[in-house]
Amino acid sequence: MILDISFIGILIGSIMASSVPLILAASGELITERSGVLNLGVEGMMIIGAISGFALMVITDNLFVAIIGSMLSGVIISLIFGFLTQSLLTNHVATGLALTIFGIGLSAMLGKNFVGIPGKDFPILFESLKESIPFFGPILFGHSIILYFAFVLPFLTSYFLKKTKLGLIVRAVGDSPTSASNQGINVILVRYCCILYGGSMCGLAGAYLSLIYTPQWIENMTAGRGWIALALVVFATWSPIKVLIGALIFGGITIMQLHMQAVGLRIPVQFLSALPYLMTIIVLVVISRDSRKIKLNTPTSLAKIFYKEK
Amino acid sequence: MIKIEKRNDVPTTLYFLTPFIAIFLTIIGGGIIFYFLGFNPIEALKFFFVTPISNLYGFSELLLKATPLCLIAIGLSFCFKSNNWNIGAEGQLTFGAIVGGGVALLFYDQEGFYILPTIIIAGALGGMFFALIPAVLKTYFNTNEILVSLMLVYVSKLLLDYLVVGPWSNPEGFNFPETRQFSNSARMPLLFEGLRIHAGIFLALLAVMLSWFVLYKTYLGFQIKVSGLSLKTAKYAGFKGKTMILVVFMISGACAGLAGVGEITGPIGQLHRMISPDYGFTAIIVAFLGRLNPFGIIFASLIVALTYLGAETAQIFLQIPKYTGQVFQGMILFFLLASDYLLFFKIKILSLKKNDLRH
Repeated sequence: MILDISFIGILIGSIMASSVPLILAASGELITERSGVLNLGVEGMMIIGAISGFALMVITDNLFVAIIGSMLSGVIISLIFGFLTQSLLTNHVATGLALTIFGIGLSAMLGKNFVGIPGKDFPILFESLKESIPFFGPILFGHSIILYFAFVLPFLTSYFLKKTKLGLIVRAVGDSPTSASNQGINVILVRYCCILYGGSMCGLAGAYLSLIYTPQWIENMTAGRGWIALALVVFATWSPIKVLIGALIFGGITIMQLHMQAVGLRIPVQFLSALPYLMTIIVLVVISRDSRKIKLNTPTSLAKIFYKEK
Repeated sequence: MIKIEKRNDVPTTLYFLTPFIAIFLTIIGGGIIFYFLGFNPIEALKFFFVTPISNLYGFSELLLKATPLCLIAIGLSFCFKSNNWNIGAEGQLTFGAIVGGGVALLFYDQEGFYILPTIIIAGALGGMFFALIPAVLKTYFNTNEILVSLMLVYVSKLLLDYLVVGPWSNPEGFNFPETRQFSNSARMPLLFEGLRIHAGIFLALLAVMLSWFVLYKTYLGFQIKVSGLSLKTAKYAGFKGKTMILVVFMISGACAGLAGVGEITGPIGQLHRMISPDYGFTAIIVAFLGRLNPFGIIFASLIVALTYLGAETAQIFLQIPKYTGQVFQGMILFFLLASDYLLFFKIKILSLKKNDLRH
């Protein structure tokens, strides 16, 4: 077993890479949930982002267009969810599930002609520094711009929610839509914006998978990461910084599985894979037992339909 | 000018009409998608909805796929009617199949009339136990049942994966991720020679009858409906909320477990990784499309089963991915939820009168 310092550096680097889609999708969903909307369509939005990003890359040969396009497609698909839940007042849970089912199907249909096409190399930043510095090199350098963005995003999200007026409005809408509405805030509009923002981040998370992490298109390639991102938001008790920590833990578990098989440790892989889900349940039990504790962070109106009598 | 008004009561005819509107819109939506993908929409839709059931074998396959969907949806209707969001039926199905399959493997080299009933009971108990986890956590720890039941889906799938590659894998199976074949006594009797439709369909029909009886003829059914309409009223009426939550989850889990057992003792005959093409999630659509009504669910399960079959046929004739079925399933639910708007709101088109202009 090789466990020198440079190997650990590379290991941490790969854990960071595998946690990027989780951070992006969970940060987006966190804002959506903070506004009182539960969108279970994360997996569907991610997979739509993955195929549109990859398809645009093949068609236009331009990575910038592909990234922007994937975010836009996430926005468009989340607009369906927004229109149904906010304008037609449909049930959040059912609509979100429909979105995931629909997204997986549609992405497979759209991606029919893109199976087996090799991806393109995504530009990597500070490649020379990665090799020259032992340990810290592979951790800090040699990543794509999306990874750096993902690691800054939770801090931006935290700042947005805690320090800005808009963040306060989002939280007010999530905690008490009626009071917010009485204060003259357009609850429906705020929720629409939060849903579309969530969609764009999920689209980007999908594009990260199909353009950078495993540059190709495979049917159903998000493979349940959307559900883990959803779990992550709860695991983090709706706090952006904890999302980052949680994503590293969950990403770490994924990478550990690969290495444990290699070194022949005798813990079944499936138990490790089940850990994120079990941990989320335990966290849920711990935070929900005390009703004061859950009120502290959980958006009180989560998944409740808001209707204003005109 | 258009004016939108809230309705005071939901018209019954409209309530059962909107599912048909949703199906109609889905077919049109599907045609449009096929057109954009470069197919003749009429022909593609024919491959999707007509060709699969144009012969006896196809019809038997339709019933085969509708059976688990109907069973699970019947169970879910108890939960949804009482405002309990069990969306982990896929996990309860898997766990039921694990427990039932485990019993079947115990008897793999034996024959006997008692084997199949034991497996069925074990499967139902397995599903019931697995559904009790989110129910107990909800009642005693105030935990959100949506998230817990969803997380448990993946836990049970990973457990199945571990069992079929590890301790339960077939010793003579060349390391394939599957168990031994079950003995003949552990298999559901086939109804017709050469067709795959099996006795499990009677379980589904029995569930429909029982659920109708419980929901509409018993005190428990009354409690469930009242809690679904208004939790406050239920509390004032002194219903034991906690017991009811546990009961509806147990019913729901048992139905999902039965569906899992039906699959492994029916068409599959062993345990492997892919025992269900997400029946547990699709059944949520079935429950909604059937309006949580036992007989509506029979109809809905046939329609949704057809999208599974249609996707398989279209994969062969049009070379499109089998996931296409999910596009239709998603659309049905989208359109159904959207058309529900008509139930709760009246859309009036008002003509502008001369008097209005003076104000």
